[in-house]
Amino acid sequence: MSEANGGIRIGVYTCHCGTNIAAAVDVESLAAYAATLPDVVVSREYKYLCCDPGQDLIRQDIADKRLNRIVVAACSPHLHEHTFRGALVAGGLNPFYLQLVNIREHVAWVHEDRKEATRKAEDLLRAAVRRVARHEPLEPGRTPIHPDVLVVGGGIAGIHAALTLANAGKRIYLVEREPTIGGHMAKFDRTFPTLDCAACILTPKMSAVKAHPNITLWTYSEVTKVDGHVGNYTVKVKRWPRYVREDLCAGCMECLEACVYEEARVPDDFNLGLTKRKPIYIAFPEAVPQVPVIDPDTCIQFKSGKCKKTCIDACGERHAISFQLQEKTEEIEVGSIIVATGFQVFDARRASYYGYGVYPNVYTALEVERLVNASGPTGGEVVLRDGRAPKTVGIVHCVGSRDENTNRWCSRVCCMYSLKLAHLIKERTGAEVFNFYIDIRTPGKGFEEFYQKLLNERVHFIRGRVAEVTDWALDPTEEGKLVLRVEDTLASLVRRIPVDMVVLAVGLEPHPDAPETGRIFNISCSEEGFFLERHPKLAPVNTFTDGVFLAGCCQGPKDIPDTVAQAGAAAAEALALIDAGSVETEPNTAYVIAEVCSGCKTCIPLCPYHAVTFLDNEKKVRIDQAMCRGCGTCVAACPSGSIRQHLFEDEQIFEEIEGILAYA
Amino acid sequence: MPEVYEPKIVAFFCNWCTYLAADLAGTSRIKHAPNARVIRVMCSGRVDPQFVLDAFARGADGVLIGGCHPGDCHYQEGNYKALRRVALLRRLLKQMGIEEERFRLEWISAAEGEKVKTVINDMVEKLHALGPRVPACRKEVA
Amino acid sequence: MTSATYGYYPGCSMRGSGIAYEESLVTLFRLLGLTLQELRDWNCCGATSYMCIDENLAFLLSARNLALAQQTGFRELVTPCSACYLCLRKVQDYVQRYPQVAERVRDSLAVASLPPLDAVKVRHPLEILFTDVEPERIRSKAVRHWHGGQVACYYGCQLVRPYGEADRLHNPTRMDELLQAVGVPTVKFALKTKCCGGSLTGTIHPVGLRLNYILLKEAARKGAKAIATVCPLCQYNLDAYQAEIRRETGEALDLPILFFTQILGWALGGDVRSLGLHRAISGRRVIDEWFPQHPEEVESYV
Repeated sequence: MSEANGGIRIGVYTCHCGTNIAAAVDVESLAAYAATLPDVVVSREYKYLCCDPGQDLIRQDIADKRLNRIVVAACSPHLHEHTFRGALVAGGLNPFYLQLVNIREHVAWVHEDRKEATRKAEDLLRAAVRRVARHEPLEPGRTPIHPDVLVVGGGIAGIHAALTLANAGKRIYLVEREPTIGGHMAKFDRTFPTLDCAACILTPKMSAVKAHPNITLWTYSEVTKVDGHVGNYTVKVKRWPRYVREDLCAGCMECLEACVYEEARVPDDFNLGLTKRKPIYIAFPEAVPQVPVIDPDTCIQFKSGKCKKTCIDACGERHAISFQLQEKTEEIEVGSIIVATGFQVFDARRASYYGYGVYPNVYTALEVERLVNASGPTGGEVVLRDGRAPKTVGIVHCVGSRDENTNRWCSRVCCMYSLKLAHLIKERTGAEVFNFYIDIRTPGKGFEEFYQKLLNERVHFIRGRVAEVTDWALDPTEEGKLVLRVEDTLASLVRRIPVDMVVLAVGLEPHPDAPETGRIFNISCSEEGFFLERHPKLAPVNTFTDGVFLAGCCQGPKDIPDTVAQAGAAAAEALALIDAGSVETEPNTAYVIAEVCSGCKTCIPLCPYHAVTFLDNEKKVRIDQAMCRGCGTCVAACPSGSIRQHLFEDEQIFEEIEGILAYA
Repeated sequence: MPEVYEPKIVAFFCNWCTYLAADLAGTSRIKHAPNARVIRVMCSGRVDPQFVLDAFARGADGVLIGGCHPGDCHYQEGNYKALRRVALLRRLLKQMGIEEERFRLEWISAAEGEKVKTVINDMVEKLHALGPRVPACRKEVA
Repeated sequence: MTSATYGYYPGCSMRGSGIAYEESLVTLFRLLGLTLQELRDWNCCGATSYMCIDENLAFLLSARNLALAQQTGFRELVTPCSACYLCLRKVQDYVQRYPQVAERVRDSLAVASLPPLDAVKVRHPLEILFTDVEPERIRSKAVRHWHGGQVACYYGCQLVRPYGEADRLHNPTRMDELLQAVGVPTVKFALKTKCCGGSLTGTIHPVGLRLNYILLKEAARKGAKAIATVCPLCQYNLDAYQAEIRRETGEALDLPILFFTQILGWALGGDVRSLGLHRAISGRRVIDEWFPQHPEEVESYV
């Protein structure tokens, strides 16, 4: 394996990372130690190796000292392996002659004893020096990128990402689980802090999705399986039958009128059960597509088969309604995927001390969003369940947020939407409104100003976490009211505030099936259950699976402006992939040394990608380099040692083990 | 050799879950015992039993394999393969006189920085209790 | 589970003010085919003032009871008193969580030749009736229809503290479900886990009395004609001071304060004396009407 100059010449570079590493590890002594290791020609330490002068240092040494292997002791390879490989290329070396030692995340940041930390760094460095001597030049693979993109989820995030890509001329599949796109935003009346009408800004985008020639919209559909890898994903989409054919329906809605149910009797999900709908329905008037859906659980024809089928009569010549439609599965090929599956609101019943579901006049904020909405169940009038207008309203912040017993995170949007609802309720009813808060968090453009505006509107703010909502009356003024018991931490006293209506500002949480969704797209969830981004700052829309991007609240709670910004970023990432045409892949594939293979076939069932095939003529196996994803399971299993893995060769790992354990 | 016995653990962490969890422990500054030395592999399924045997042969006091939780493997089911292999390996190690506590397989997801700490600290504590490794032949004599 | 035997730790209340609780509990368990075997040589659980003065010593008292139970071979220990239940579970939790407490407890038990604490499951009768017996089986065993009025189920503050698992902490409902199973209508009672004032009645009397009054008043306001409870301390406190409350407030409050075991025992065929119903102080008129001495002579009961 020797180069023209006759042997291995290793350069070792130890990074201070400012004080990040240097504070916990004795960088100077580490560099001095590295210089004593076999084949090490030069060992240096530097303040910030990842910056240009740092990389120049490496490049220069490669030329001056005729280095042919580089070890960099710095941060996690997930952060800067790519950067330093670039430095090798700049110096004229094959990029895979690099080995990175993670002395920041795995050493400096997690150990307090400087001596022990330095000792550990020495062990790791020694292992890397031994390993790198065994490295071989490799060529990265290249995968072509299929130009079509799948967007999963039709809320504002998915809509924006799909439109951005479609406007750039790419073909998009937009898959939505509900019968209509629009997501949570479609339920809102106004958006903070500008109080512009949500429908006015959302519905044109929804229609644009439907009308766009580059977008294939599949509502009432779900992704069930994703195979393949960046550039070449094969996706299965299950499409539930609406029992109304999208290609034939004109959206006249006469079938709804004609339904044998004269009165709507089924709780309407879109209005959170505040109103009723019929078995044939459309979620809301501006729904996209403008096609009704029949709910087989409540439709008489499905339940008994004995309906007069007045809907079919009403549809007449169009013949759009068919009870025979079946669920079907479509298969598509795409090159990248944007996951924008959104969130669910916290179930207020879990905070049982606030009486949701017990006292009829305790509402969730989302219900009140519907109440204040002009196209909502009350036409925008804020009234209690018995029709009275509330004279006093209490808004409880942080329900299911910032709480050890439910969800620990801040849901980010609740302060602002609570302020918005306070304003709207006061505007519509003139009621006295109390906000009960822990902290008011208004970091955003125009947010703090909106808070000041509310203060001037004489909305009350009481700092304290509400202990309970109860109907227990202590004196006659509390009779028939809901009482909020709270410690007012500014006034230092426990107060009882009787109100007519309680609004629970419920937080945002991941969908309960997020782990399952994550498995389909091969992405992980963070501790709280939202999807995990590749890097919180530098790769916020990427995931650890190349070609799969995140947008919107499935990654964490965020407001509409941030969601749209993130959706745009995800679209840009997908565009970058598509326009590059192909992507470099890590050359860590498994390969077979044919002479040693005994043809035992142990490896064949182990490969989840069917990359291993048995060659009948030669009685040996072959690994398809394009299909191999590089997990190395077959390598570990091969009894004859004939399967090997680039970048993770047995010899390299043995050198690491021995390097770690070889006490100096 | 250090004067006070400090067990040395060779840890094989998969690239997608446990290695990232160790990175997360770093970015979250979750302090833990400095005894583990991590070797990165793409998948826990890549861990050849020979790696474990070699580590013990070269004087490791403990070996830890970290992979994704069942069902969450980046390569679909490499962690199951690791699990099957480990079951056999455990029996072999026992016959060689290597105590059970010295060899561990743990599922640690990329979100579980805290678990990296718990597992390593716990393992170090158990290894301390066991003391330095004594070859099986010498144990017979004593 | 027809003839299960449970270890039984009565605690001091069962032999004093809460004797009716023990009488009704034993009767009810007998009617259900369950046996309670009393722990021999048990001592104070260490609750109340002991816990405030020297927590460690209080832990040792509870620990001794648990160790005795272990030595006897009990795997489950029934503690009807909420304070005992909380105290025994608390020491188990602390021993698990804090090595210093564990060490202290272990050493002290060793002095008395008792084993270190292991997993004896401390259980409240409410939990046993709800999960082991189940409301449906109690319904099937009921022999009497309910002829009384609405009842407010009051769980008290101790049963629902973090160490327990007798019911849901924020909104316990098991007593309601058990009573409903034998046909007793229960009211929605928002104050079901609020302080009864018991620990204050003896020290800061007016405050204790006020908390007591709030509970009684709210139960009456919700239309309850009686309060059912699971705790001997609450029962005594709510029962004993109603005359004084009437005097102080001028309001006509006179509610029977019953143990839930008395109501269930009655439904299963127990009689007034064996259920300790004759010991009640307040609401005598209601009690006599709901639980007649000779039910067979009352027409509607036949």
